[in-house]
Amino acid sequence: MSTAPSFLTEEMRQQAIGQESEPRTLEVEKGAIIKFAEAIGDDNPVYNDEVAARASRYGGLVAPPTFLRSAVSARPELPFDVPFERVLDGGSDWEYFEPVRPGDTITAVSRIDDINERNGSIGLMLIQTIIITYTNQFGQVVATQTNTSIRY
Amino acid sequence: MTAQIVWDDVTEGLEIGPVVRHPTSQQLVKYAGASGDYYQIHYDKDFAQGTGLEDIIIHGALKNAFLGSLVTDWMGPQGNLRRLSCQYRGMDIPGRPISARGVVTGKYEDDGNYLVDCEIWLENEQGQRTTPGRATVSLPKS
Repeated sequence: MSTAPSFLTEEMRQQAIGQESEPRTLEVEKGAIIKFAEAIGDDNPVYNDEVAARASRYGGLVAPPTFLRSAVSARPELPFDVPFERVLDGGSDWEYFEPVRPGDTITAVSRIDDINERNGSIGLMLIQTIIITYTNQFGQVVATQTNTSIRY
Repeated sequence: MTAQIVWDDVTEGLEIGPVVRHPTSQQLVKYAGASGDYYQIHYDKDFAQGTGLEDIIIHGALKNAFLGSLVTDWMGPQGNLRRLSCQYRGMDIPGRPISARGVVTGKYEDDGNYLVDCEIWLENEQGQRTTPGRATVSLPKS
């Protein structure tokens, strides 16, 4: 297989790294948490039973660990045009610091942490690492999520 | 409800699960609605096949959620999930069972917290790990 010509220069990498999205906010609704837990098939009472959740160590309902995925964050814009149309989700790495509760206002900001190119079986691809930081209305970082996406 | 697992009783090599899931196309539609991910490859077969897939495929983030439930069920009500990661290596199709499983890879104390590291994954009927990952939880000490 012939090697596709390189696209990404070191200068472009340095321009891209650190680019941030606009902040997006999500009002966390109790009904949305209950629906999400039902959709993923998780019947843990801390997600859907106010009485049981009150007696838990959280003292009330909380959201499942991947719920914040629905706080769709804006993508950071690359400061150049990219000749790739397709995107693959490569994976996700969550770190958790505080529970997410109904009534919370969560602000999500995503930032380009790294970008590289690679030649693979599907041709030339851009591998982008984006870190999304989720902050609640008290200024506490509740979670960070590092996502890898592949553009090809 | 099962008894709370305590840090003292956890040993390296301890198995987590398996929990067998039977995702259906209906579950993918529910997940699309609940998560806001309406990409058609997850519920429109013609669209999915038009992009070269054999069928509709399960959302990566739903597989991430299955792994989250595996760990949170195992750690019990006193456990605390610190970290959860997974990689989408292979596609999974609804209508086929997938198993969530894991194994403890280490335990240690850090600043008064009693932590456990686990390797976790989803595997298909052929035993292929389509979605490998890792988790770290803190557990109560007896």
